[in-house]
Amino acid sequence: MFSFIAIFGAVESGVIYAIMALGVYLSFRVLDFPDLTVDGSFVTGAAVAGISIMHGVSPVLATLLAAVAGFIAGCVTGVLHTKGKINALLSGILMMIALYSINLRIMGRPTLSLLNETTIFKQLRDFWSGTGLDTFFNGMLAAIGMERFPATWAIVLVMMVVTLAIKFITDYYLKTEIGLALRATGDNQRMIRSFSANTDNLIIVGIGYSNALVAFSGALIAQHGGFADVGMGIGMIIIGLASVIIGEALFGTKTIARATIAVIGGAVIYRIVVTIALRVDFLDTGDMKLITAVLVIAALVAPKMMQTHREKKRRQRKRAELERIKVGEV
Amino acid sequence: MLQLKDISMTFNEGTPDEKIALQHTNLELERGEFVTIIGSNGAGKSTLMNVISGNLIPDVGDVFINEKQVVHLPEYQRSAYIGRVFQDPMAGTAPSMTIEENLALAYSRNKKRTLRLGVNKKRKTLFKEYLETLHLGLEDRLNAKVGFLSGGERQALSLLMATFTNPNILLLDEHTAALDPSRAALITKLTKEVVGKSKLTTLMVTHNMQQALDLGTRLIMMDKGQIIFDVSGEEKQKLTIEDLLTEFQRIRGQKFESDRAVLG
Ligand SMILES: Nc1ncnc2c1ncn2[C@@H]1O[C@H](COP(=O)(O)OP(=O)(O)O)[C@@H](O)[C@H]1O
Ligand SMILES: [Mg+2]
Repeated sequence: MFSFIAIFGAVESGVIYAIMALGVYLSFRVLDFPDLTVDGSFVTGAAVAGISIMHGVSPVLATLLAAVAGFIAGCVTGVLHTKGKINALLSGILMMIALYSINLRIMGRPTLSLLNETTIFKQLRDFWSGTGLDTFFNGMLAAIGMERFPATWAIVLVMMVVTLAIKFITDYYLKTEIGLALRATGDNQRMIRSFSANTDNLIIVGIGYSNALVAFSGALIAQHGGFADVGMGIGMIIIGLASVIIGEALFGTKTIARATIAVIGGAVIYRIVVTIALRVDFLDTGDMKLITAVLVIAALVAPKMMQTHREKKRRQRKRAELERIKVGEV
Repeated sequence: MLQLKDISMTFNEGTPDEKIALQHTNLELERGEFVTIIGSNGAGKSTLMNVISGNLIPDVGDVFINEKQVVHLPEYQRSAYIGRVFQDPMAGTAPSMTIEENLALAYSRNKKRTLRLGVNKKRKTLFKEYLETLHLGLEDRLNAKVGFLSGGERQALSLLMATFTNPNILLLDEHTAALDPSRAALITKLTKEVVGKSKLTTLMVTHNMQQALDLGTRLIMMDKGQIIFDVSGEEKQKLTIEDLLTEFQRIRGQKFESDRAVLG
């Protein structure tokens, strides 16, 4: 059946992908900018981190460099749109395909193996094994009758802290004077320009920040999986959107803080659903994109269908009531 | 305070759609003047406002604010001095943000935006005080999203947001036209109060002649991209709607035509 270990693994990668999903939330929802740079900048993050680590840069610094590279990529998309007056969708697509070649150049070959390198997670596990925390958590699992234990608790716990930290920083940023202007840019551009905000710069920085998060996530995924591949970003934007949409449908969007936690939840749930789906006999890894598409469609359509259904029920009830009153009168 | 010198503006020049919006328009405003602008549809009133705000760059002509040439300053830089309320109640606020967040956006108009919180305790108190002047109870709904407000409430909020930082110039473009009569009257009253209290230099476009006569210290009539009539002071106080119609006929040699011109 669906083993605890498999779900554990899904949560682990889910919280890392959640950072990418937060980036997608920023562009699609906050800035109302359908940015497709993501498919490219995710790999840029993986490539920059991978090649840096292979050249002896410390993994933490390599991961931060990846975020900077993503920021620059996003800014270029923003400039194409605001200064070049290119349609938002097209700006992102252009940047995405340009990044494909750039990513190949950065890596020098289509795939980098990081299995024998000191990644950020290897360092983390080395440090963690000295703390004895794994024994503690696995002991708790044993106490409730589990027989197999995850390899380490370090990644899932530390990544939860990192992802939540990014969430809180983002929440705060969106409430600052600059952050409010950024949100207004996505909400009513004409209005915020009449309150002396440079919307071009806000869009450029906003899309930069979004792609910095995406590349940061890509750098971590590469180190987690032990490789960087030029094709690893294909469909990433849909995975990000799936996380955003699933999260919003399940947890709501009342406030910014609520929406960002919803996005993180959506990313984790997406991973769990995919993991479970792949364990079904007739589905294999090649079907993952199809599963993703179906999930997104379901998350988009289901809430509307439920709404329509409720409305229909309500109308039927009303009509039945009126009928009853009429019959009573006769 | 504000000077427009020989402004001309043509849309779609050289095409069958060519529209002359402004022709050699000159206008000078003293500090504290409150000018109402009337004129038929397509007279160029909105274009004039857009040229002042920087939303449009004129083909030729200069715009000076406080003796400073601003004609090439982009809108976002000029709007540090200029407050605007649009005709569409949806246009002046950010619907998915709360009332206090919208006020914070407006509060930063003439300051550099920083990484400090846009809404803090001190500002909340300040925002409440400002909202109380509207008498709409909005001060108790600081955390309500502006998208849920009615058109009248949104327009009152827009007016407050455009004025509470005391801009050098206030531009109102038919800002009561999309509201029902009672709401329009409320916004007109608020406009009178706020402009009077802060002595704002104001340009107000209206299609309601009576409103143009009742409000302001000066009245301008526009037609076919030109200012054809300009009165102020006592002369304006004595003016009636009949005078305006006669004046138009005398200058243009034809009847004032505007389906939207409300005579009463
Ligand atoms: N963006 C535009 N493109 C083309 N023509 C325009 C545009 N804006 C205004 N016009 C034309 O310029 C003229 C003046 O318009 P406008 O200033 O909106 O008039 P008013 O506000 O007095 O009704 C009209 O003939 C109008 O059709
Ligand atoms: Mg107009």
